[in-house]
This record gives sequence, C-alpha cells and structure tokens, in this order.
Amino acid sequence: MADENTVTIIVKLFASFRPGRFREASRDYPAGAQVADVIADLGIDPKEIGMIFIAGKHADPDRALKTGDQLALFPLLGGG
Amino acid sequence: MTGADKAFLLSQGRDGLLTWASQVHVAETLGCSLGQVEEAALAEGLLPSRYQRNRTTFSIADQLSFRRARIAVVGCGGIGGYVVEGLARIGVGTIVVVDPDHFEESNLNRQLLCTIATLGKGKAEAAANRVAAINPAVMVAACCERLTPENGARLLGGCAAVVDALDSIEARKELRGVCDDLATPMIHGAIGGWYGQLCDAFPGDAALDRVYGCGEGPGEQTRLGNPAFTPMAAAAFQVAEVCKIITGQGKPLRGRALMLDMSEGEAEAVELVDESR
Repeated sequence: MADENTVTIIVKLFASFRPGRFREASRDYPAGAQVADVIADLGIDPKEIGMIFIAGKHADPDRALKTGDQLALFPLLGGG
Repeated sequence: MTGADKAFLLSQGRDGLLTWASQVHVAETLGCSLGQVEEAALAEGLLPSRYQRNRTTFSIADQLSFRRARIAVVGCGGIGGYVVEGLARIGVGTIVVVDPDHFEESNLNRQLLCTIATLGKGKAEAAANRVAAINPAVMVAACCERLTPENGARLLGGCAAVVDALDSIEARKELRGVCDDLATPMIHGAIGGWYGQLCDAFPGDAALDRVYGCGEGPGEQTRLGNPAFTPMAAAAFQVAEVCKIITGQGKPLRGRALMLDMSEGEAEAVELVDESR
C-alpha cells in the first residue's frame, strides 16, 4: 500500500522486455524514484530502451514517478 | 499522345479494361513506352487489367496518382524486398531502390529477392529485375551505393515519400536528415525477432527522436535475429502508408507509432507526443 514514502505505479513491458519478466505489474518504488530507477530495478540495460511512455505519452528517463503512473517500456529495434 | 493515338488506345479496351497483350500492342504500334501507355490509359479512364483487384479499394484517379508517383526504398534486404514488391504490384510508376550490398546466404531465411540464383548479386539490381518481371511499365532507378547526406538529394530528389528499410539506427538518423532537407515524408519501419515498429516521420516531426531518443545500442535485432515473418509484416504496413500518402485515403501513422508483437499476436499504437504537452 502506498504511503508518503512510496509510489505505486503500473509497469507495462513490451516485446523482448516481457520474456522472463512480466507483461504488466503493479510495483512500489521509494518516493522520488525516477523512470531510470525502474529500468535498473528490472535489470534492463538502458541502452536497450527505445521508447518510454507514461499514460501513453513520451517521457524521459529522469521523469520522477507519481503514484498511479502507467509506465510503458519498449525496446530499441533497428533491423530491416 | 495525339488525339488519334488516344482513340487507338481506347479502341483496344474492353469493358473499361486494357489487357497486358493490348498494352504491349499499343506501345509497339505507337512507338511509345509501356509506362506511357499505362499512364495514358488511366488518364482516359481505361484500367490496365492487372489492377482489376485494386479497383474497389482505389479509384482510377488513385491508380493514376500511383502511376505518376516516384517512391524511394532505402535498403533492399528483409523489409525492402517486400516493399519493392508491394509498390510494383500496387502500380507505383517509379521506384528508386538504394542499397550498396550483395546477397549472401544468411539472407535466404527472409529476403524475398534473395534466391540461390541471386547469391552474390547486387540487391538493387535484383529489385530492378524482380519489378521488370512483374510489370515492365514500372521504372526502377537502381542505385548500388550507400545513401549519405552528400548523395541524398541526388538519389531521393523528387520522391513523394521515402521508405526506410535500413538495418541500422545510425543510418536511419542520417536518412531522416536527408528527408527533412528534401521536405519528404519518411516511412519508418524497423524489426527485431518477433517484433516490429512503424511510424511516418513527416518533415520536422520528432517521430524518429521519439522512437530512438533514449537508447544508444544497435537494437534488439542483433540479439533476437530476424525471422521471415517480421519483415513481411512491417513492409505490408509501410506499403499501405505509401498508398495513404499518395491518395489521401485513411489515416497515416503520423504522430503515432504502431508496435507489432507477432509473438503475442498484438499491435499497439502509441502517441508520439511529449507528456508535458
């Protein structure tokens, strides 16, 4: 349960970030945590991040998390 | 074509259609190219028979717009081969194909134009040969060189849209700069493993910054590989984007990206706008 020291967010992972992790999960982080902290917590190499969305809109890794945020992470794709 | 030439052309039509044999006959009789006959026929409301199944989706006016369009495909590997195929069959009049590479055995798992017979052959040249086998009325400018900021305007000038079928993120960023300078929309597609992403980057759009803004790596395809079905899917969407841009039909993937997950059978469109907006 979120208190003033914790933020609770929904994390959605896409494509190759899913296998071995999850599709969608509610997760708690310390107040003041940023998107980059979630990426590190999930063991994702920041270099593999293609897009970051919060509530369906682009966000940056230094965005501070707020309770209720819906964070979506997509991997970098470059093949053709 | 003179008025008499047009009357002769129209006399060769049956029920509003012009068969391939008649198109060849008209070109030989009038001493003009197959492409000129195709364009004149469409302008006169006569539909080459090969486009009969386009007809309920695209009008004859749309078909004439395809005929008059010049579209570039940069990269002619997994995605690019299928894009060239789609553009030729839909009836785009001129296709510019840019790729400096030659086919190798590892391309056989997915690249349409890679066959045992084309191993070692140039990819751009193979694209030209394929289009000629489908429709000799379609012009192909085969450029066997790497696209750079220096040659970009020469290779891509006059194109209504440029299809990004490259295989590296750095090359895509370079292409985006060329397209911005030419004020030409870039139709982005990229793949890796079971996954693909698509969006249109119109001049000045931040679309490429959004999809490639965060990471610095080469992309997941270096780890996941590229199976046969992902380039097919990406290319199909990109050909549809070309058709929408040329005809004004539908809703282009502008300001949005479509993320394909063929592993889970899902497609998700995301808005490429900043959270602050």
